[in-house]
Amino acid sequence: MAPKQKTRNPELIPGVRKVSRSQMYHKRGLWAIKAKNGGKFPVHAKQETLAAVEEKPPKFYPADDIKKPLSNKRTAKPTKLRASVTPGTVLIILTGRFKGKRVVFLKQLTSGLLLVTGPYKVNGVPLRRVNQAYVIGTSTKVDISGVDVSKFDDKYFGKQVEKKKKKGETEFFEADKQEKNTLPTEKKDDQKAVDAPLLKALEAVPDLKAYLGARFSLKAGIKPHELVF
Amino acid sequence: MPFKRFVEIGRVALVNYGEDYGKLVVIVDVIDQNRALVDSPDMVRSQMNFKRLSLTDIKIDIKRVPKKKALVAAMEAADVKGKWEKSSWGRKLIVQKRRASLNDFDRFKLMIAKIKKAGVVRQELAKLKKEIAS
Repeated sequence: MAPKQKTRNPELIPGVRKVSRSQMYHKRGLWAIKAKNGGKFPVHAKQETLAAVEEKPPKFYPADDIKKPLSNKRTAKPTKLRASVTPGTVLIILTGRFKGKRVVFLKQLTSGLLLVTGPYKVNGVPLRRVNQAYVIGTSTKVDISGVDVSKFDDKYFGKQVEKKKKKGETEFFEADKQEKNTLPTEKKDDQKAVDAPLLKALEAVPDLKAYLGARFSLKAGIKPHELVF
Repeated sequence: MPFKRFVEIGRVALVNYGEDYGKLVVIVDVIDQNRALVDSPDMVRSQMNFKRLSLTDIKIDIKRVPKKKALVAAMEAADVKGKWEKSSWGRKLIVQKRRASLNDFDRFKLMIAKIKKAGVVRQELAKLKKEIAS
């Protein structure tokens, strides 16, 4: 921080300064600058101002005043992860077609969603995104140090944009069916690459593979609020 | 049926309500018809209503309102903890605690073990039935 500048002309009372106009002229040394520059105070050359563009009056005035919404420049932070959810934790998915499945958590994506895998061979859950709100974090952890998840992000899971083709009406129904069902081999290879080290880690712990293959369910007499996960 | 467990000085009781729920305490004095002065190695000596106490079979030998050191010594001498953990009531409580603290994975392993055990029992039973039939 620069040291506080000394004021040459302090304000004694609001509106009354100490030194008069002519005394300030002398104090600032304007007479010396003028003397140096041959009697005149040096001035910057005048800048050429562009001629103001003539604005034509608009052809159309809208009938009603439409209000513009206020601008919002907030950026969202990724959701805070619960303490029970750390990379390598076994999670129980609660909603969707995989409800009840026990699944391994890999990492949190920038959107806040959790990247998760079955592994696919064990329980049929592929590399998938899952919302933290619909998940129970158990206290069972799996060793995922051998797994490389750096290449996965939200774009990887986005919907593939299909090119629009113009078709005749008869061809419409046939072509549609063929295009959508197969998963590209790239994704299958990614799944295998992620799952291989995971399966090794799973086999090291007895019963863990069977545990992940089984679904979670509530049975008679079980009180969820008393369960320790 | 005569009573067997009495409120007396030295009677060990289990607290069944309130802050100290689940603790084993010793009745050290009787205050009036409803309350007792109660003490334990890990708590401050305090009064408790009899309704909050469940009497156990264990009794230790102490004088009325002993000092803390004397109480602890008497409890060690009588091995209250050991007797409690061997008694069926004590063992039941330990099992309940263990079951309540089971992890989801532990519950799965428990289920597998139960199924295996039932399988083995059923096989043996089937063998025995066969022997009887033949």
